[in-house]
Amino acid sequence: MEEKQVGTFNVKAGLAEMLKGGVIMDVTTPEQAVIAERAGAVAVMALERVPADIRAAGGVARMADPRIVKSIEAAVSIPVMAKARIGHFVEAQVLQALDVDYIDESEVLTPADPQYHINKWDFQVPFVCGARDLGEALRRIAEGAAMLRTKGEPGTGNVVEAVRHLRAVNAAVRRLISTPDSELPDLAKELRAPIELVRQVKEMGRLPVVNFSAGGIASPSDAALMMQLGADGIFVGSGIFKSQNPEAMARAIVRATLHFNDPKIIAEVSEGIGDGMPGLEMATLTPADRMQDRGI
Amino acid sequence: MRIGVLAIQGDVREHKNHLVKVGATPVEVRTLQDFSGVDGLIIPGGESTTIGMLMQEEGLIDAIRARVINDSFPVYGTCAGLILLAKDVVGPSPARIGLMDITAGRNAYGRQLASFEAMVPVPSLPGADFPAVFIRAPQIVAMGLGVAALAVYDGQVVMAEEGSLLVSAFHPEMSGDVRIHQYFVDKVRKMLGVPQ
Repeated sequence: MEEKQVGTFNVKAGLAEMLKGGVIMDVTTPEQAVIAERAGAVAVMALERVPADIRAAGGVARMADPRIVKSIEAAVSIPVMAKARIGHFVEAQVLQALDVDYIDESEVLTPADPQYHINKWDFQVPFVCGARDLGEALRRIAEGAAMLRTKGEPGTGNVVEAVRHLRAVNAAVRRLISTPDSELPDLAKELRAPIELVRQVKEMGRLPVVNFSAGGIASPSDAALMMQLGADGIFVGSGIFKSQNPEAMARAIVRATLHFNDPKIIAEVSEGIGDGMPGLEMATLTPADRMQDRGI
Repeated sequence: MRIGVLAIQGDVREHKNHLVKVGATPVEVRTLQDFSGVDGLIIPGGESTTIGMLMQEEGLIDAIRARVINDSFPVYGTCAGLILLAKDVVGPSPARIGLMDITAGRNAYGRQLASFEAMVPVPSLPGADFPAVFIRAPQIVAMGLGVAALAVYDGQVVMAEEGSLLVSAFHPEMSGDVRIHQYFVDKVRKMLGVPQ
């Protein structure tokens, strides 16, 4: 029998491919995880607090209590992700020891390293990372990320930053594809990204890994908007369990993500699902409030 | 030859690319109308709970069942697709087509850390072993006498066939090798009585 190979990039990026077209939901208890699974979530993100509550609580936000992660793993059969602080490779080692399916090296938590991200090649478990533009995206892939999500502004219920970041990444990919080979080294320098990855994006005509949208998605129409703009799938953080009727909101966002090109269905699923989470206007955030500027 | 790829969720694009390479026309299937125009169907990898639930809501489960039973309609299920075709599932079972005489164990190898790649011998394919990618893969824990094992790896049947139904626990669309897609398209062609 041929030897098995575990933890290969193919296997890491492969799980992200299987999540495409789906919705990944933040949950803080096994009960919420079951609600998410029943609503059709393709994965859950196990957290101590959703981003809106992290924002409200202030202070230092860390990896969740292992007990929360384990109880959520036991409650559902879909993949379970969990967040580690940017650069905190020991939190990541702990999450790998807890057998999570994906680690989100996330700006939602307080960064642990002012300069470096986790060297994700050291791990067998795959990582997803946030990005605001193509340079950030390629730097994270160079560090070993097998999946990306545009950052948006977490915990705000305001989709404007999610739109800004996805448009920025997609515009930069279009520009890269039409850049002559002779100018790619310069573009790589401008993006502060490895030339090999820049060439790979041109060859493939797209990012080499799956790119979900995150940070501020709070309604079925928000989810469909991000899908129409070209996201591979959706992360919803506070948008489900900070809404008036989480079960109805979760189901509606899943169906709107599937039928993102069908406004009649989006209208139908948006009807009578209660109020979305309370939102925040970007102008009210101080620079210290902005999670997206962490880990760039 | 129009081959549908169930496009509710999962790695639809990779299956479509492989179908193009073997000369078939891929069609994304989300609705009953999409489904009515295809000669065969691939159910991709993804989350079986999510795919099953949304197939049910679209009426696709009943429609696929009817065509398989009445017209020996060919369906190929990879990973999540294997679970959706299995008659029985160990533990919590998603809504599914449930016509193939196998029992599926979901995530039977373990969580993501147990996902792996391996070269798997598939005797019915020409050439060398097949590069198979297993991601939170299911296992066939039991199968009926009418089911043929097409590939065995590490003591487990990882690819099987019964009548018009084909399943694999691994993802042939995650490698560059198109021989299994060729095998399925040839099967559809045979069922339609179209010469090779």
